[in-house]
Amino acid sequence: MAQVLIRRLNKMYGDVHAVKDVNLEIRDKEFVVLVGPSGCGKTTTLRMIAGLESITSGEISIGNTVVNQLPPMDRDIAMVFQNYALYPHMSVYDNMGFGLRMRKFDRAEIKKRVQEAAEILGIQNLLARKPRQLSGGQRQRVALGRAIVRHPQVFLFDEPLSNLDAKLRVQMRVELKKIHNRLSTTAVYVTHDQVEAMTLGDRVVVMKDGVVQQMGEPLELYNAPVNRFVAGFLGSPAMNFAKVRVTGTQRALRAQNAGLGIEVPPEFAARLLPYSEREVMLGIRPEDLRLANGSDPAGLCIDAVVEVVEKLGSEILLDVQAGGQSMVAAVEPSVRAQHGDKIRLALRGDRLHFFDATSEAAI
Amino acid sequence: MMEGAKWRRWVFFYIPLAVFVFGLLFPFYWMMVTTVRPDNELYRPWMAPNYTPFWTLHPTLDHIKYLLTETLFTTWMLNTLIISVAATLISLFCGLLAGYALSRLNFPFAGSLGTGIFITYLVPQTLLFIPLADIIRNFRLGDTPWALILTYPTFLIPFCTWLLMGYFKAIPKELEECARIDGATRWKAMVYIIFPIAVPGILSAGIFAFTLSWNEFIYALVFLSSPQEKTVPVGVTSELIRGDVFFWGPLMAGALLGSIPVAMIYSFFVEHYVAGLTGSVKG
Repeated sequence: MAQVLIRRLNKMYGDVHAVKDVNLEIRDKEFVVLVGPSGCGKTTTLRMIAGLESITSGEISIGNTVVNQLPPMDRDIAMVFQNYALYPHMSVYDNMGFGLRMRKFDRAEIKKRVQEAAEILGIQNLLARKPRQLSGGQRQRVALGRAIVRHPQVFLFDEPLSNLDAKLRVQMRVELKKIHNRLSTTAVYVTHDQVEAMTLGDRVVVMKDGVVQQMGEPLELYNAPVNRFVAGFLGSPAMNFAKVRVTGTQRALRAQNAGLGIEVPPEFAARLLPYSEREVMLGIRPEDLRLANGSDPAGLCIDAVVEVVEKLGSEILLDVQAGGQSMVAAVEPSVRAQHGDKIRLALRGDRLHFFDATSEAAI
Repeated sequence: MMEGAKWRRWVFFYIPLAVFVFGLLFPFYWMMVTTVRPDNELYRPWMAPNYTPFWTLHPTLDHIKYLLTETLFTTWMLNTLIISVAATLISLFCGLLAGYALSRLNFPFAGSLGTGIFITYLVPQTLLFIPLADIIRNFRLGDTPWALILTYPTFLIPFCTWLLMGYFKAIPKELEECARIDGATRWKAMVYIIFPIAVPGILSAGIFAFTLSWNEFIYALVFLSSPQEKTVPVGVTSELIRGDVFFWGPLMAGALLGSIPVAMIYSFFVEHYVAGLTGSVKG
């Protein structure tokens, strides 16, 4: 039971500034996911929490102890690695019991805890096997079990599902969430997969180039991204962006470029007014675009030409050209469209996003 | 195996393989035949009508008997065994620690230190024995087994270090990191996790080191002088070649018996040894 506090954390590798002034407050029992493209510093941050990487400057505390100088073994954490890191020469039982044996637990207690964890993970019948006799999913469970038996203060996960195939990954994701609900131990989870981040995290931290971009609950990040990077990183298919120019007066503010023009809904007008006669980035998520019908206000409709139709079953993705711009619209599965069709798309006025063209911050 | 016509498989696979195997095994066959060949056949001129160089019809154990009773061969075997085992153990111990440190610990000049160790391995023994002889004399170790036990590691340690370094590098770092999070100190992680996984590598380093010291010639020749201190390679060649007279029978018997321990060790550990050379660790 512990909170993890990170203050002004920095990591330098020679001249490379891998982690820049990261501040995080991970609450007790919370599941926090660090997500970002490769090289964004998320794994380095996790490894610094684990004590596997030295801290250049800043402070990490687990529980109420500053752990900067503590070796990994004294931090009371457990970590699950991407490649499982099972000890190949030990049986599953010994793998799971190793941490307890190192900590001088007596045999009976080790046995009890390993059995308990094996039950949670459904691997009771595998305890005598060696890691090489296990499938990927089973290895992953053993790696989880090895973390669980220790009853640590904090779980650290370093892309634990990346080596599994797609179907198993979804299954393990749900299971991981269940296990966390059951054990309610503080967990820090690193992934580059935004779906994993959104589904697992109580809160999600988006990182880029060693800097925390935004931290918040998944839907908060999805609905109110603080900058263009977060907006584009979360969500699949990704948000559509178009460079537009703000024109007109407060009463009738317009955002337009060569092939596309919309009337800015009143709720954005006040915020966009200072950008009058300047360029901004308009963002709209694919699901906020739909086929227009007669009742849609003309000011929020754009003309488009269908290029590709992706029939996913639950929805249809239309890759379209609108105003010299590629866009993706996620529409009802009942829509019939094909390559070359000229269609009219309606934007949901309350779901628009505007970003500063230079700073890329949300307006 | 190869695809294609049968003749192609013969030309590119079976025939070259047969030539290779023949070339490798023929010296051993020759050694064996010479060992059991009676003296009157051994010294028969090659143009004699009943000259049969590749086989003998009157095998004899006289040469082996002579070797075991009339020479100090058993003493030499024992000397060689003690010296080889001791030198191998010392070298393995140092090589393990050095290989681990060079492959896993971050310290200044680790890279250049590794290269430095490798370069010492490249200095030919035929040069190195001169300064070493001086050292051996200063420490008054000449003509004792210690002269070899302490000098063999000069080329065995770099060898073991490099072999093991490569092997340790192939072991995923996460295993050790995981062990350290699990509560093991670096030392314990090394002993409980890394070394057991590296057993094939350690075995092949050990076998190589043992073979190299078993067969070593020049140091043994220079640093030992009394017959009862000699090792097999030096003993056999110095005591069974007198002047320009070669006692081929006992010579070959000595070579044959001398190579048996090495052959036994190889065949015993061959599986581990191959795994060590191909170096595969799966998590």
